[in-house]
Amino acid sequence: MSIVPAPILRFYHRMASPPHFYSFTDKLLPWLIAIFLLLLAYGLYAGLYLAPTDYQQGDSYRIIYLHVPAAWMSLFIYVIMAMAGAISLIWRMKIAEVVMISSAPIGASFTFVALVTGSLWGKPMWGTWWVWDARLTSELILLFLYLGVISLYGAIEDKRTAARAVAILALVGVVNIPIIHYSVQWWNTLHQGPTVSKMDKPSIHVDMLIPLLVMAVAFKFYYAIAMLQTAKVEILKREQNTQWVKKLLEAKT
Amino acid sequence: MSLITAFFAVVRRDLILAFRRRAEIANPVFFFILVVTLFPLGVGANTKLLQAMAPGVIWVSALLAVMLSLDSLFRSDFDDGSLEQMLLSSHPLTILVLGKIIAHWLVTGLPLLIIAPLLAVFLGLPEQALGTLLITLVLATPVLSLIGSIGVSLTVGLRRGGMILSLLVLPLYVPVLIFASNAVEMAGNGQTVDAQINILIAILLMSVVLAPLPAASALKMSVS
Repeated sequence: MSIVPAPILRFYHRMASPPHFYSFTDKLLPWLIAIFLLLLAYGLYAGLYLAPTDYQQGDSYRIIYLHVPAAWMSLFIYVIMAMAGAISLIWRMKIAEVVMISSAPIGASFTFVALVTGSLWGKPMWGTWWVWDARLTSELILLFLYLGVISLYGAIEDKRTAARAVAILALVGVVNIPIIHYSVQWWNTLHQGPTVSKMDKPSIHVDMLIPLLVMAVAFKFYYAIAMLQTAKVEILKREQNTQWVKKLLEAKT
Repeated sequence: MSLITAFFAVVRRDLILAFRRRAEIANPVFFFILVVTLFPLGVGANTKLLQAMAPGVIWVSALLAVMLSLDSLFRSDFDDGSLEQMLLSSHPLTILVLGKIIAHWLVTGLPLLIIAPLLAVFLGLPEQALGTLLITLVLATPVLSLIGSIGVSLTVGLRRGGMILSLLVLPLYVPVLIFASNAVEMAGNGQTVDAQINILIAILLMSVVLAPLPAASALKMSVS
């Protein structure tokens, strides 16, 4: 008697079992990769070639097609991690633990990409590599939150205990991210003069916006691919003594 | 035993233990003074510069001092097994953890409060900012202990948890640092600081209610 239709519920429960998850992602991955490559090809072509040149920033604004999607992903993945963490704490679902752990390094990489591209963009725009701009600063703190998650997971030897610890930390982090973000914004508006306000978002032209959205979706697909690949390895590592992994290995060799 | 008596028993026990090892109480204070002393040596004794930096310097040093003292929060209880007894007791662990955190603050946060005005004078903080400095310390050092308890309960089972603890806890301290040092700075310029104080009160109340929950569940994870 649930509001969720029975087939979806059955699919959800089946996905909780590692062998099913493994074989399902095996079949899913080629499709994801194909869609990702199509989106990426179109997004890059449209963004770097078709989109009009900005009248103020010239061609250097085009880094937006990497910077903004990466920055969006950095927050998106943290939220996914916290959700997977909540699921793994409540239902002790192994797959949720694996998804959470596999997401952390990818999220950290996206945060790092957002920081690097932001600083590369800052050089021609602001004249320096680094400005203590509110968004850059909170992105940097987000990177530290990710690094904390990764190193905590690495430090605890029993991986199921480690996953519980990381889940708690991710939940604490997700409560704190908005507080940190708004406090950094407050701090920034008090400390900095008009150096940054010229970056106030001008409304973006639709020819520039569409490639941006396409790239954002492409990045989502990339995240799914990278996360599932990492998750597969993590599952094999955790389940290396089970029957189905041994059968899988025998079939491969 | 009722919950209230259990709570006060935990506070009382931790205070007695702390007063039997008085050197440990003094350590964070000395550390606090030492770090503040290092800043003039590092950036030069320019009075104007030091005065401008004073709120930030005092607050960053207080934050580091509290963070370094966090390890003592659960360490000895974890080693001698009394933490397990607390887990086994019939009272909710969150309340007992809150008692331990309060005792920890009384032992580490409160001494900082007493020594901070002296350091403020060292750095030439304007006199009208002294009151605000004390208010922010009263409101925000408990937050440091509360948030820190989450990090330390996650890492108490690890042999080398120290570096990880700072990586876990310091990013979460950012809002406290921003509002507290900003309040002191603005008070020094003679501006009103009601907004910052109100936000600090909100952060304090929120962390009193919320922080013991993840700390307790992390302790259960660490002990099992």
